[in-house]
Parts: sequence; structure tokens; C-alpha cells
Amino acid sequence: MGNVLPGATAKSLGIVIGALLLIVCIYSSIALGATKVGFSDVVQSFTHYDESSNNQIIIKTSRMPRAFIAAAIGASLAIAGALIQAITRNPLADPNVLGINYGASFFIVFAITVLSVSSTSSLMWISFLGAAVGAAAAYLLGSVGRDGLTPLKIILAGAALSALFSSFTQGMLVLDEQGLNDVLFWLTGSVAGRTMEMLSAVWPFMAVSWIAALLIARHINVLTMGEDAAKGLGQRTLAVKIAAGAIIGILAGCSVAIAGPIGFIGMVIPYIARFFAGTDYRWIIPYSAILGAILLLLSDIAARFIVMPEELPVGAVTAIVGIPFFIYVARKGLEKS
Amino acid sequence: MKHFSPLRPGKLPVSIFLHRKTFLITVALILANLAVLIISTGLGDMNISPIDVLKTIFGRGTDDHTIVIHTLRLPRIIAAFLVGASLAAAGAILQGVIRNPLASPDIIGITSGASVAAVAFITYFSEVSIKWLPVAAMVGAGITSMIIYSMAWKKGVTPIRLVLIGIGMNFLLVSLTKVMLVLSPIYSSSEAYIWLTGTVYGTSWEMVWALLPWTVFFIPLAMVNARNVNVLQLGDDVAAGVGSAVQRQRFVLMWISVALAGSAVAVGGGIAFIGLIAPHMTRRMVGPSFGGVLPVSALIGGLIVVVADLIARTAFIPYDIPVGVFTAGVGAPFFIYLLYRNRNSRS
Repeated sequence: MGNVLPGATAKSLGIVIGALLLIVCIYSSIALGATKVGFSDVVQSFTHYDESSNNQIIIKTSRMPRAFIAAAIGASLAIAGALIQAITRNPLADPNVLGINYGASFFIVFAITVLSVSSTSSLMWISFLGAAVGAAAAYLLGSVGRDGLTPLKIILAGAALSALFSSFTQGMLVLDEQGLNDVLFWLTGSVAGRTMEMLSAVWPFMAVSWIAALLIARHINVLTMGEDAAKGLGQRTLAVKIAAGAIIGILAGCSVAIAGPIGFIGMVIPYIARFFAGTDYRWIIPYSAILGAILLLLSDIAARFIVMPEELPVGAVTAIVGIPFFIYVARKGLEKS
Repeated sequence: MKHFSPLRPGKLPVSIFLHRKTFLITVALILANLAVLIISTGLGDMNISPIDVLKTIFGRGTDDHTIVIHTLRLPRIIAAFLVGASLAAAGAILQGVIRNPLASPDIIGITSGASVAAVAFITYFSEVSIKWLPVAAMVGAGITSMIIYSMAWKKGVTPIRLVLIGIGMNFLLVSLTKVMLVLSPIYSSSEAYIWLTGTVYGTSWEMVWALLPWTVFFIPLAMVNARNVNVLQLGDDVAAGVGSAVQRQRFVLMWISVALAGSAVAVGGGIAFIGLIAPHMTRRMVGPSFGGVLPVSALIGGLIVVVADLIARTAFIPYDIPVGVFTAGVGAPFFIYLLYRNRNSRS
């Protein structure tokens, strides 16, 4: 595992460059698409919003929410992934692989089709609950037994839970064809057609979780030395794990509530972040956030162009990006890393 | 040796040790399957007594009964049995080869590979005869397992890499399937979705005849290889030590499993968890020796799917629920129970 940026100055510089790249990506996400919009339109829609301009309406109602949602969700999933990988000590873990996203999806589909819930804020709470149930189940199932938590066991537990939740979801959708058409696109993971209100409903929770993730980073560093070492150093490991679990649940739950299950951001990004930032989670988390936002924005831009004039769900793009990586890590062997 | 009976047919130069309990269980399961077949054929919108069912099957029923039984129920029930048996056998083989009791064709992506191909077939080649659907699904399963196998190859294939890469491929294939559903017209997407959940609704004799040859060819072929599975279960080193060509055996057995799973998916869609549950129940009953596990799993798998389909089509009349919903409802909690029970096993 590399640490290409030694020293705090280089790492801070890296963050600044990353932030600039992020701004470029957000701009591209707003400007590129079926209708191209010029630089002046983008700027004006922020400064002097003109309702008579078609381009500015497109920007305000569709492109801008989409870009910000993609950035926020990318960052959230990447942070969630970094924390999961730290707790499970497994480089393949991410909210999708462990069935957390599918747990949230199942709860949401259940709420929409059976309980007829439709407001974003209640769906968000339901999504939290689903994510928490998924995360707790994966963790418990992965860590019961004599050897405790092993990398393979937790992946199998995640696969089992994903299968469980997706087949329940499928069952409900088969019985409710109207529901199927409504949620199919959402179920694949997509940031298209979302509104700013959705983001503003979850935004405070996301922000608090991001800050909380930074605050516990120091304790995560200790925890990654191993459970026993951490205990020996006086850490209450259970408390740290529960805190991290809550953050993961909120971040994954928020993301799924808006965009459906988007996979592999949480797996690939922490790996790249560790490449830049080394093993210190106080750096890994901000790096993950920025890189995750960039990756999801780029994937979303790609999703618009691959099968133009139609759009791919961005979840499919991230899966295509993520799988080769997954296979690479799986081939390298789990035990060593 | 008190559990075994020797079988020495007078003139033939063979002798077989029969595990008495396994033999009795096999016979009991065959009888149970026949009984369920007859009862299930009689139940539905129009109830027909078992005696009338038998009369009709042997060609002496009334015209009404003949139509209902011969064109609607019998092909569906036989297809359900064959699908269940194939999936269970595929799962039994895979679990033996991978040495992980949690491996099954649906977890490591083989079923999804077949599904991707089948959904592509339904949405993009709707003008081609449905007869070719099994072929498409089998090709899909074949290509997927080839990819999984070669990705997992690194001076040989270890079970752990096979499982991990299979899980990864499964995620990719599931999202590919969803992309196709999203991009296809609504009518065909809901049809494809029902199929993905797993259903034997509206199966014709044509489909039964398309599936039967694969099942009756590959299950016996797996029986012939049962010895090799027993050896592989001991672990790669021991197996190599007693002279087994570990990698070749694993390769051959994987392909048998793929052919069984692919053909079953083609007819029944993504009926989940049968390949996982049936072999487990079997091992509880007859122990780990594969010669007994394979036939008993197949019979149990068939029985489960026939019973599940009976419930799915009769419990909610007039709705005909996809059988896959029921098998998943039973199978998924069972899987979690297995994870819990295997908590102390390594690899």
C-alpha cells in the first residue's frame, strides 16, 4: 500500500488539488448532456437566474440538483466504504457487497408498495432503518463463530443478505406491476430526475456524519492495529465500532433513499485514497470523500453518453468500473491485505 | 459395516455396497414425489380426485380432465420437478467441489449469467422461437462460469477465489440485467422480471422435452463422477496425494453443474436457493458421501419446487404467484441459519 504523498503539506496540497478537480467535475456535470450549456449560462444561473432562458431552467431544475446529489452521495458512500473496510479489515467490503444497500432498498420498496409511503423524509428514515438492519445483520453473521470476523465470512454473509433482500424486493414487485415501473430505475441506482428538495432533506444528516467520521478517525487508526492491540491501548473498541456503524448506516441509508443502491464506490475509492494518503484515517476520510464525489460525477456523466439518447442508471456504470477492481483484489488474496 | 448391504448380482462381474438408510430414503422420496405429483395434478381451479387423475394419465379420463391435465398441469408439474432436481444436483456438485457449504449456483453468479442471456433473448430476440431460450440460458451460464473460472485461475483454482470472484461477477450480472430491463419497453420488462423471479407458469411440453435430455444425461454423469467429488471434499492436498487430478476433476464437475443449472434456469427462471437448501437437507439425512447425496438432493429439490409451485398457484387463486417468491422466502432464512451454523468452519 503506497503513501505517495509523504508529509502533511503534500497531503494538504493533494486535498486542494482534489477540491479543484471536484469543482471542474461539478461544472462538467452541469454543462454536459443532451443539451450543451455554455459557461456563461452556468454562472448566470447562480448569480442572475433568468426564468426565460431554457438552458438556465435545465440547469436549475435538472442538472444542478443532479450534480450536487451525485457529489454528496459519492462522498458519503466512499466514507462509508472506508469505515466498513477499517472495521471489517476487509478490502472488498462496501455498503453494496455487505447487503446494506439492499437492506435499505428492500425497506423502501416495502414502504412504497405496501405502506404507500411517498414523502422523501419518511422514506429516508425507513432507509436508515433498512441500512442499519442490513449492516448489523452482516456484521453479526460475519463475526459469529470461533475465529471471529473473517474476511470471507463477512463477504458470504453480505452475499446471503443481498440475495435475501433482493428476492423479497423482487417478490413484492412481481405482485405489484405498477410499482415495478415506478421503482425499477431507482432500484438500479440513479441520480437522474432527483430534486433539490430530496437533497435538502438528507443533507444535514450527511454533513453531521461526515464530520463525525473525521472525529472518530483517530480511534479508527487505533482499531486497525487489531482488536487486541486497541483494547490493550485502553480503547473501548465496542463503542468505536458502534459509532462507526451508526455513521455507515446513516450515510448508506441517505444515499439509498435518494439514489437507490449504487455499488462499488465504497470499495474502490478507499483503496485509491489509501494509495495517496497512506494508513492514517484522518487523511483517508477526506481523500475518500473528494475522490468518491469525483468518481460518481464522472460515472454519471458517462451514464448520459454511453447509450445516448437513452441514459444508463449510474449504478450500472459504477458496477462496470468496480468489478475489475473487485476481481483484482480477490485474486491478490484477502488474507494478506 | 453394519449400515451397508452388499449387492452381488449372480452372474455380472460387479458388486455394490448399498448404504441401507440412503437406499430406503431414496425409495421413500421417489414415492413421495409420485404422490405429490398426483395430488398436485388434481388441485387447482378445477379439483380432480387422485383416482381421476390416474385414470386421465393412463388415457381413460373425461375430455375436460384430459385437457386440464395434459395441456396445463402435467407439463408444469413435471417441469417444476425437473427444474428442482437439476438445480439441487447442480448445487450439490458445486458445494462438493468448492468445499463450501454456502456455495450455490445462485450465489456465485452462474444463475445470473443464465438470466442475463435469457433476458437479452426475451427483450432483443422476441421474434425468435422460445424453443431457443434454454440454449441461450445455457450459453450464458457457460460463458459466465468460463469467465469466473479463468479469473480465479492462478496456478490452479482455489475454492475461496472461486467464491469471491463468483460473488463479484454476480453483482455485475445483476446490474447488467437491470440495465436491460430499464432500457427495454415496459411490457417486456415486467414479463422478464417475473421470469427472473422464477416461475413455471405456462410451461409447455415443448419446454419439458427441451429440459429432460439435459437432466437425464448430466445427473447420471455426475453420479459416475461421485467418487471424485468424495476425494475433492478432502481438500486439494489430500486429493492430490491420493492421486486425483484435482484441477481437471474440478473443471469437469463445474461444467456438469453449469449445464444442469443453465438448463434449469432456462425453463424455470431464477428460482432461488434450491441449489443451496436441497443438498443441506440431504446431508443431514444421508451423510456426506456424494454417491448418496446426489440422487437424494435431486429428489428433494424436485419435491420442494413441486410443492412450492402447488402452494404458489393454489393458495392465492385467482393469482398465480411466481414459485421463486416462495422458494426465496423459505431459502433465504435458511441460508442465514446455515451461515450461523457454519460459523466455526474454516475456508
